[in-house]
Amino acid sequence: MASIFQGLGAATVLTPTNSIDSKKFHVSPRRSCSERKARFLVVRSDGSLNMRAHRANKLITNAVATKPDGSVASTSSSKPGHELLLFEALREGLEEEMDRDPSVCVMGEDVGHYGGSYKVTRGLAEKFGDLRVLDTPIAENSFTGMGIGAAMTGLRPVIEGMNMGFLLLAFNQISNNCGMLHYTSGGQFTIPVVIRGPGGVGRQLGAEHSQRLESYFQSIPGIQMVACSTPYNAKGLMKAAIRSENPVILFEHVLLYNLKERIPDEEYICNLEEAEMVRPGEHVTILTYSRMRYHVMQAAKTLVNKGYDPEVIDIRSLKPFDLHTIGNSVKKTHRVLIVEECMRTGGIGASLTAAITENFHDYLDAPILCLSSQDVPTPYAGTLEEWTVVQPAQIVTAVEQLCR
Amino acid sequence: KKKKEHSIGNSFFIGGVLCTLTYQNTKQSNLLIIFRSSLLSAAQHLEPNSTIDMALSQLAGRSRSSNLLKTLTAAISLVRPISTDTTPLTIDTSLPFTSHKCDTPSRAVETDPQELLFFFRQMALMRRMEIAADSLYKAKLIRGFCHLYDGQEAVAIGMEAAITKKDSIITAYRDHCTFIGRGGTLPEMFSELMGRQAGCSRGKGGSMHFYKKDSNFYGGHGIVGAQVPLGCGLAFAQKYSKDESVSFALYGDGAANQGQLFEALNIAALWDLPAIFVCENNHYGMGTAEWRAAKSPAYYKRGDYVPGLKIDGMDVLAVKQGCKFAKEYALKNGPIILEMDTYRYHGHSMSDPGSTYRTRDEISGVRQERDPIERVRKLILSHDLATEKELKDIEKEVRKEVDEAISQAKESPMPEPSELYTNVYVKGYGVEAFGPDRKEARAVLP
Repeated sequence: MASIFQGLGAATVLTPTNSIDSKKFHVSPRRSCSERKARFLVVRSDGSLNMRAHRANKLITNAVATKPDGSVASTSSSKPGHELLLFEALREGLEEEMDRDPSVCVMGEDVGHYGGSYKVTRGLAEKFGDLRVLDTPIAENSFTGMGIGAAMTGLRPVIEGMNMGFLLLAFNQISNNCGMLHYTSGGQFTIPVVIRGPGGVGRQLGAEHSQRLESYFQSIPGIQMVACSTPYNAKGLMKAAIRSENPVILFEHVLLYNLKERIPDEEYICNLEEAEMVRPGEHVTILTYSRMRYHVMQAAKTLVNKGYDPEVIDIRSLKPFDLHTIGNSVKKTHRVLIVEECMRTGGIGASLTAAITENFHDYLDAPILCLSSQDVPTPYAGTLEEWTVVQPAQIVTAVEQLCR
Repeated sequence: KKKKEHSIGNSFFIGGVLCTLTYQNTKQSNLLIIFRSSLLSAAQHLEPNSTIDMALSQLAGRSRSSNLLKTLTAAISLVRPISTDTTPLTIDTSLPFTSHKCDTPSRAVETDPQELLFFFRQMALMRRMEIAADSLYKAKLIRGFCHLYDGQEAVAIGMEAAITKKDSIITAYRDHCTFIGRGGTLPEMFSELMGRQAGCSRGKGGSMHFYKKDSNFYGGHGIVGAQVPLGCGLAFAQKYSKDESVSFALYGDGAANQGQLFEALNIAALWDLPAIFVCENNHYGMGTAEWRAAKSPAYYKRGDYVPGLKIDGMDVLAVKQGCKFAKEYALKNGPIILEMDTYRYHGHSMSDPGSTYRTRDEISGVRQERDPIERVRKLILSHDLATEKELKDIEKEVRKEVDEAISQAKESPMPEPSELYTNVYVKGYGVEAFGPDRKEARAVLP
């Protein structure tokens, strides 16, 4: 346990020799863990408490939904929480982290005065000022690079790509500098950035604005990728990503911003490397993330009526995969269906299939079925666009085929 | 014509008795009197006093009855450290500065003998170090890419002289000398080049990835031009935390054509970031001459709304003056571009002979006329700050230091296999595994 604490100490970013004067900043409270009352806790999916528990006053489990319609059951049911939309949850998470740590700043196009193209950063510029919520010119390569350079000195920027697809212009910075600097400097620099933005197929936005970049970023060493799908995990993952010392890419989805859910009032974070059990079941494991979760849940209703009992897991962590949760599920059901919005070729599903086959081959009764988007640029026409992504009917057919 | 009269105030601190010697072109008898007194005082104390030796050697050099004095000088002068004389000297730069949309700094540079000798030593060290790296590469101890900085040493040294360790520097892959300038040690550098554990990046970075966080040296980047937005980020962080320091983002004439550079200029100028963009113009982007790659090779003017200054990069004093001016400017007004007109003797990297796109005459011409070390040597000799022999001794010392560092680096072991997996992620909340499937060897938290 002492070694874990030492590790915590070693992992903190702001050191006295850093050029940022620690007196001017409220240093991250990780160092003063005895004085600070932490009001959150990270719990692993197998229920074991993380040994840092003695700092916590309250125990909040992370999202484990027991009801099939995906609502979150909170163990601290004395407070009913508050209801909000997903973009508001992201904003709440961001605002809380910016209040807590003055080195957290936001940069992106139209995040400041305009309030964010999806309103995620609305009101933050008035509260925190123009330097902390920075409106950048349309220069993704350089402002991503700028964020990474700032992170090398100890700031914690949250870089927003107005659409994930625009971050292709910053690919060099994300791949070479963001992912690799910690390694090539022998551990001297940490890059605690969060790169976030909406991606995915929307409502007839056209090919260039409907890109899914998870597959392109997934092989960059040194970064973590998470995808949020509900207001609860959006806020939790945002907070965890900001607090993480590693660069994290947070994938949001254009169509999920207006989801409404009741989330707890207390502070909580979600584990960045953990998958979420949406609906426990017996017959087949359905692995999904982001918007496809809702298609899967819709299909699950049909499947339940037909007598199947699917286990739905929202993998949330796209890099690294939570093979612990996934593995336990595979060992239980012996059948896997992956439903994703990524492209077929080289997508997240492809990697996941390989990982599961490598590790759990003996437990599988049938080949892994992977439903992904078609390998085509997303067309504009509504009907065609519908058919590029996986629809609930296809999921039902796939499960029936798998469970034959 | 230079003044013949040199008043050198040499202070001899001898057991509390202060003896000030003023030397002028005096008659022989005076010389002998001065010499005798200084000889006596030198004999009383075991520690060599550098100023005594310096005065003696000047006497030896100048005097008519040189034989006697030279023998005595040789007997008395022991191995001495770099001169600690800090009397200010004002020396003019070789060329005037040219500027774009700002004032030029004055041509007269304030320096002192200690600093000049320090410049000489450091530049000789860097030159020796790069040539040693050349031989190590040919001996296959250094692999991959090795970009050498010889010829450009004045830029690294002059910049260091103008700034503090609180200011940040970020550069591209030709970073060996900048690393040393920032306080890196020679064994660290050679170990990293040879991929050993004792290297500054633990052997995992290589030639293009030298970093030194505690002296704000941010590397060390392989992709051309990508370090410039990072430099903007460093300046942004400095503005954010208001700590009155600046960032120098160095790039080459080849990188000056990158789009992200202009994006970075826009960003820096928009928010008045204390960023100084330094174009080390060695006139060749690998094999392509600047006139073949850039429509407008006046890199200091390319910033348009960002002011620029063109500096002779082979004159260490000009570099120092320019960087000092730039730091003051950047803290008050925002970004500025410095173009260092410099030259590299080696090819782009070790795999480039360097002579297919330029003539050997050109290289030797520059070496004869503009070599930075020769320039400082001439300055030192003409101002009588040291003798030829002493400078040669410094060079020999430096050579020995480099050889020692190499042998020390050779003894360092290769990294352990488990180092393959360290530093990919930072251990923190919940991260316990490597790779995508969590079954790799777990790292033990330190």
